[in-house]
Amino acid sequence: MAGHSNYVPQSAAAKWLESRLPVISLMRGSFVDFPTPKNLNYWWTFGGILFFVLIAQILTGIVLVMHYTPSTGAAFDSVEHIMRDVNFGWMLRYLHSNGASMFFIAVYIHIFRGLYYGSYKAPREISWILGVIIFLIMMGTAFMGYVLPWGQMSFWGATVITNLFSAIPLVGESIVTWLWGGFAVDNPTLNRFFSLHYLLPFMIFGVVILHVWAFHTTGNNNPTGVQPKTKQDTLPFHPYYTVKDLFAIVVFMIFFAWFAFYLPNYLGHADNYIEANPLVTPSHIVPEWYFLPFYAILRAVPDKLGGVVLMFGAIAVLFILPWLDTSKVRSGAYRPLFKQFFWIFAAVCVALGYLGAMPAEGIFVTLSRIFTAYYFAHFLIILPMLGFLEKPKPLPASISEAVLKGGSGQPAGAAAAPEMK
Amino acid sequence: MAHNTDAEEPNRRDFLYIATGAMGVVGAGALAWPFIDQMNPDASALALASIEVDVSAVEEGQSITVKWRGKPVFIRNRTETEVTEATDVPMSDLPDKLARNANLPADAEATDPNRGVKDKENWLVQIGICTHLGCVPIGDAGEFGGWFCPCHGSHYDTAGRIRKGPAPENLLIPPLEFVTDSTIKIG
Repeated sequence: MAGHSNYVPQSAAAKWLESRLPVISLMRGSFVDFPTPKNLNYWWTFGGILFFVLIAQILTGIVLVMHYTPSTGAAFDSVEHIMRDVNFGWMLRYLHSNGASMFFIAVYIHIFRGLYYGSYKAPREISWILGVIIFLIMMGTAFMGYVLPWGQMSFWGATVITNLFSAIPLVGESIVTWLWGGFAVDNPTLNRFFSLHYLLPFMIFGVVILHVWAFHTTGNNNPTGVQPKTKQDTLPFHPYYTVKDLFAIVVFMIFFAWFAFYLPNYLGHADNYIEANPLVTPSHIVPEWYFLPFYAILRAVPDKLGGVVLMFGAIAVLFILPWLDTSKVRSGAYRPLFKQFFWIFAAVCVALGYLGAMPAEGIFVTLSRIFTAYYFAHFLIILPMLGFLEKPKPLPASISEAVLKGGSGQPAGAAAAPEMK
Repeated sequence: MAHNTDAEEPNRRDFLYIATGAMGVVGAGALAWPFIDQMNPDASALALASIEVDVSAVEEGQSITVKWRGKPVFIRNRTETEVTEATDVPMSDLPDKLARNANLPADAEATDPNRGVKDKENWLVQIGICTHLGCVPIGDAGEFGGWFCPCHGSHYDTAGRIRKGPAPENLLIPPLEFVTDSTIKIG
């Protein structure tokens, strides 16, 4: 990263610092002079947007903790206290709770961008795997955060999700008791979830740094999937992409603010404004929207262990995706068949999300099973076979050529170099 | 700087090296255990081991729910129809053929008498937690007239046995006994 900067310290203070800790050249090499492909489109701004949301969540979270009480007797009331009494408490809590949804909206777009443009392929496998790890920690953080208000959905969500581990043969029950710190979700559970909910975002921050480090070592992918070849193919990160990312962040903030100020409870459940009651399960419990596709997969299987295995498998399959896709062409823009399957897959994911919100009966179960099967077939059958069956379009000789000839999808005069990076 | 190649005999330094490493692993494991075990149920959670419930006011066909170890326990005074219905079910219709009764041997069959309280078979006392993912089933509901779990659609019959849906086991029966004619001790 630092190697990308030709920064030479000028002032005496900068020279003194650089010779002891070369932090200025590290930052300049990573975020100022860093050579970035010049054809990145707006789908690439979601990395920056995600960084913004992570920081926003950490800041609002730290101040909310100043008013929240993690105890089964006081948690629900302390959240109402934040909403009614604390100065700007309503705003900070709505920003934080909607911020979680914004985080997932942005991360799903970011993941699908990577899927479409083949950002998971060599040499960016490590960056992709670190991204999947971030996604997993995000899910854990969001789940535990949702338990903290100690409403009915908090309690029963925590009960159902922790019970997933009871499906593990032999040791399942002991693991669940260990997770709970008792024989049901109770005060010890709330306390440890609070502790971990505070810790995990900082772990995400750490893995984000590794994630960025990895793709700054390999260089960014780009809409053509062709590696930059000359200096003409790249631009310095600053000011070109700092400004583009900032613009995207501002647009995203408008969207975020629209939810936080006008529809603050639209993405939540009314049941969570009823205090947790261990003796009554709400008649229709559903997880937060961002877990619904996985929840649909869990319920599609009539067997307890099988459902849990498939649900975790739906994420685990992402870890080996770089080796499942056999096509040598990175970008979906040059893969006519892949492109169609990509959109079918995206529609299947949305459909699973819808089915996860529906009651587990009749036609909904049947459809969940079909789409669950398709979800796995996409990764385990379609992607490995496409690489052999598909005839990709000719790739441009370089990023510059694709940009100058207009349109990344229809490069002229590139037929001589098919399927070459 | 004595260094052994594969051809050399292991020497004293190799032994010390392995012994030190092994000691380090044991030490790290011993140190990790308190950090893991602190999450297990503490003394105060274990102390809430048993409760006594007066069931004299529970008429035939009525149920009450009490809390034991933080979990709901269903106590039902079953009607004769319910008992007959459950008794008439052939074992082959049961997805889980074990009684899951803590008062009986672990391999006891899930017949109706093995599910009810001994010598007072009309009484059915069970932990009100669906064996699928831990929701509380709703009473007098479902396709078998017993309990129905709203979370993922498990149906239990009038003896609390799983009949349909994703739950793998019958509702669990806690250790219990009638200490007087109208008082049940759970735990």
